[in-house]
Amino acid sequence: MVIAPGSASAPALEPKIEIENLRVCYGAEPPALDGITLTVPARQITVFFGPAGGGKSTLLRTINRLNDLVDGARTEGRVRLDGEDILGPEVDITRLRRRIGIVFALPVPLPMSIRRNLWYGLELAGERSRRVLDEAMEKALSAAALWDEVKDRLDEPAIALSGGQQQRLCLARVLALEPEVIMLDEPSSGLDPISTAKVEASLQELKQQYTVIIVPSSVQQASRLADWAGFFLQGELVEWASGRELFLAPKDRRTEDYLTGRFG
Amino acid sequence: MARTRHPLEAAIESIVRLSGWSAIVFVALISLFLLKEGLPAFGEVPLASLFGTRWYPIEGFYALGPLIWGSLVVTVGAALFAVPLGVGAAMFIAEVAPRWLREVLKPLVEILAGLPSVVLGFLGIVVLVPAIRETLGLATGLTALTGSLLLAGMALPTIVSVAEDALDAVPSAYKIGSLALGASRWQTLWRVTLPAARTGVLTAIMLGVGRAIGETMAVMMVTGNAPVVLFGPHALVSPVRTMTATVAAEMGEVARGSVHYHVLFTVGLVLFVISFVVNVLASIVLLKRRAAAGRMLS
Repeated sequence: MVIAPGSASAPALEPKIEIENLRVCYGAEPPALDGITLTVPARQITVFFGPAGGGKSTLLRTINRLNDLVDGARTEGRVRLDGEDILGPEVDITRLRRRIGIVFALPVPLPMSIRRNLWYGLELAGERSRRVLDEAMEKALSAAALWDEVKDRLDEPAIALSGGQQQRLCLARVLALEPEVIMLDEPSSGLDPISTAKVEASLQELKQQYTVIIVPSSVQQASRLADWAGFFLQGELVEWASGRELFLAPKDRRTEDYLTGRFG
Repeated sequence: MARTRHPLEAAIESIVRLSGWSAIVFVALISLFLLKEGLPAFGEVPLASLFGTRWYPIEGFYALGPLIWGSLVVTVGAALFAVPLGVGAAMFIAEVAPRWLREVLKPLVEILAGLPSVVLGFLGIVVLVPAIRETLGLATGLTALTGSLLLAGMALPTIVSVAEDALDAVPSAYKIGSLALGASRWQTLWRVTLPAARTGVLTAIMLGVGRAIGETMAVMMVTGNAPVVLFGPHALVSPVRTMTATVAAEMGEVARGSVHYHVLFTVGLVLFVISFVVNVLASIVLLKRRAAAGRMLS
């Protein structure tokens, strides 16, 4: 299995998500994504970056089927998770969304306590034991570097947390479900540098265990985090390579222009 | 900064101020008038009669109990039908129905809310009353249950419309956040959307039930107007008489300043106090919720 063209020297990586010829349209508009083919490797940080309107968020929302909620969204092509098709109508979407968690650009704590936010997904999955729920909560909050800050006020409304804490809460909420893939859509767009550093540090930890896909808030963040990177421009995957190759020696002129700040 | 005020601006400001104050003055005047006309009844009618069990003005029996009981039975009955149905319908329109159906249903419900109560009362007499008499095998279809059903029909559009607005106002980020965690649509609606819209849904219920308490015409037409107190399950299927219906039916026939006249005002006063208390309670609940929300945001 070749993960990316020209990356034969890379260590053998296990493919996690295989995307083949993906095309996504909203209504009659030109496709938001077209001809996307790439393979997200397991237990690596994959970065999708590029200027706004490139289709990065659409790709994330396609992978965990949140696009189903958008009226008039049409998807063609194949997306496979561990070799299984996930776009078909017979796919158990609830289970899929538990396997592929997502953290949005704007943190959205649910209108309930911190504890309840962490319990939510697990309770829905049928977990009733308070001991199990609390253990999962502590583990997830610790992994998201939030436990020390909130352990004394778990029953306070989650909205009372600061923006950075809310973002990490949303990450923790996803981690509590023990997904296989974690996707983050501009997770630090509203964060100060210290919170960003904390989130990034926890991502480096998390990739030991999880497959991480991130749409970064800046090129700098992209280059800091990327094991693998895809550059998206107006619905097209311009370049896809290992992070080192793509950021140090981009092959496509447009990638280079974007990286050096000539546009974007 | 120098304050040079345009005369037109000053005029508009005083008009607005006048409107505000006049609302307060009117309410004050109405309560004063009710008190002035209603309170003398407590001196003119023996308390034993006022708090008795018979409303029979011609013989001097002026018991308020049966009327209050009548209003209570009919209103509570209406709420029992209207609240689950109304909130359910609002949930359907806001979260389940496809967009085209939603765009048809919402205005339709709002038109229903504007239907004059006499029209509904007419429908009640022609359709509901015989239907109830026959299906339940009663001597008469003019019962508290009939009134409740009709009032429920009247409260429903208000509840549906206001509750739907509240559900619709819940940020879609909450819903998507919940769905992304593997919740089904129903779980999201029940566990996130509905709790988030709690204040608005509560307001909808208060407004709807408030409309039911004050309703007169339709109730008078279908409840049989017998001022009796019955307890137990058969109370629902017997005729009752509400406070509003009593005032509406008898006010035209009493001599101004007579005992009967004063007692009718007392009935009005009781009604006023009840709706006042309900409103204050509703405001307290809403204020508490809002204060809690304020704390959450600060």
